[in-house]
Amino acid sequence: MSALLDVKNVRVKYGNIEALKGISFTVQSGEIISLIGANGAGKSTTLRTISGLLTPVSGEVVWQGKPIHHMKPHDIVKLGLLQSPEGRGIFANLSVLENLEMGAYTRKDSKEAITKDLENVYLLFPRIKERLRQQAGTLSGGEQQMLAISRALMGRPKLLLLDEPSLGLAPQIVETIFSIIKKINSEGTTILLVEQNAFQALKISHRGYVVETGEIVLSGKGSDLLVDPKVREAYLGG
Amino acid sequence: MEAFLQHIINGVSLGSIYALIALGYTMVYGILQLINFAHSDVYMIGAFIGFYSARWLNVSDAPGYGSFFSVLFIAMIGCSILGFTIERLAYRPLRKAPKLNALITAIGVSLFLEYSGQIVFGATPQVFPNILEDSIVATFGEVRVTKFDATILITTFALMLILRHIIQHTKLGKAMRATSFNGPWASLMGINVDRIISMTFVIGSALAAAGGILVGIKYPKIEPLMGVMIGLKAFVAAVLGGIGNIAGAVLGALIMGLAEEFVVGYGASTYRDALAFGILIIILLFKPAGLLGKFTVEKV
Repeated sequence: MSALLDVKNVRVKYGNIEALKGISFTVQSGEIISLIGANGAGKSTTLRTISGLLTPVSGEVVWQGKPIHHMKPHDIVKLGLLQSPEGRGIFANLSVLENLEMGAYTRKDSKEAITKDLENVYLLFPRIKERLRQQAGTLSGGEQQMLAISRALMGRPKLLLLDEPSLGLAPQIVETIFSIIKKINSEGTTILLVEQNAFQALKISHRGYVVETGEIVLSGKGSDLLVDPKVREAYLGG
Repeated sequence: MEAFLQHIINGVSLGSIYALIALGYTMVYGILQLINFAHSDVYMIGAFIGFYSARWLNVSDAPGYGSFFSVLFIAMIGCSILGFTIERLAYRPLRKAPKLNALITAIGVSLFLEYSGQIVFGATPQVFPNILEDSIVATFGEVRVTKFDATILITTFALMLILRHIIQHTKLGKAMRATSFNGPWASLMGINVDRIISMTFVIGSALAAAGGILVGIKYPKIEPLMGVMIGLKAFVAAVLGGIGNIAGAVLGALIMGLAEEFVVGYGASTYRDALAFGILIIILLFKPAGLLGKFTVEKV
């Protein structure tokens, strides 16, 4: 079976600095895949490249058999790849509802379908519903993360790209967010997750890749990586 | 007291023209962090499009709202096209270049329009056609509201309501606000940022054209350098209110218009232009981001 997303030997540079030194991995339909690694390893750069914010100097990003690495970000969104970016990417000057509407920006289907998806989002995150009219910048960190994920869901993603959803959140909220990510996946959305919180990420992932200084150094099933001695030592505190 | 009220009416009328132009500066700055120096020349071109379209429509000597609105409409469309073209040809190729490059280009575009204007329209001032006749529409004691002032006020007010509706309630406006908050994030929503930037120039230029026509009817001498001083003042108004902030631009412009009118009205007209910059210095000393601004203005 051909992969939903196939990242082939991608190299990305910021000026003279090589941030990705030939990264390859695949995402199959229905999976949760996590990229784990330390700060600065190149995880966010990978997501930014997949979404078209960065262009690789060599290598390919292939989506359902078609190369997309020269496409503009807004066209990639139309293919069904939606990202909740690093730092959540909330439009603080827009209301919560307007943020959700931006997630559905490219959709051409009926208003009813969008309203129905809004209802689904409220089911996942009841707190979002209470804050619809509020400026998004006034939300707490956890609520902003919920909004960022909800907003990406409003675009009906085939692949949901999540960049550090646990960053800066209290432990209980991290638990909630991860259980919801799992739920979203069980309802049929494929997920590519980037995390420093290796334990939480691997626990819900089908497969994982360990990224170090722009390269993939290890890969395997989520459950295998969780017990891998090298992973335990480097990312799970021994 | 009557003189005071009269000055308020005149000041608000002048301020609302500044506001039309200031909005273009502030919207473009909000989205691109670019001070579009050519904006004041788009305003000038707007006045000249009015001048020529009045001739072409043969309404130069047929004053009335029919003539006024047709000329206004043509000028707004014309300047929208001009604004779109300027962005496309001059600024878009520099999207990834350092900000200073775009800023210098803006000065270049401004000079280009001013001196092309002198070649095409001639350097001597021309009299703006008589597309609306002035009269007194209301008097309160000694205070008079002229048809020109009423037209200026109602037209700018209507345009601002339309702008407000676009920005607050339409998909385009929401995308504009999202893009001005963070362009790359907006593109991750599927927003075509280049298109939003084009639309910002189109809207800002149309408002500037309206300013050109309104100035044309009230101060009917137009010439290719007419944008320089009023553009500078509108820019000061935008900075005063907090550049990038739309309500701030309107507030700043009204303050500028009123202050200028009072200085002239109470006999210190020599200082009318110095005043603008005086106010700017004082406000920026106390509120560096402008009255309603939240973010620190980037130094250029």
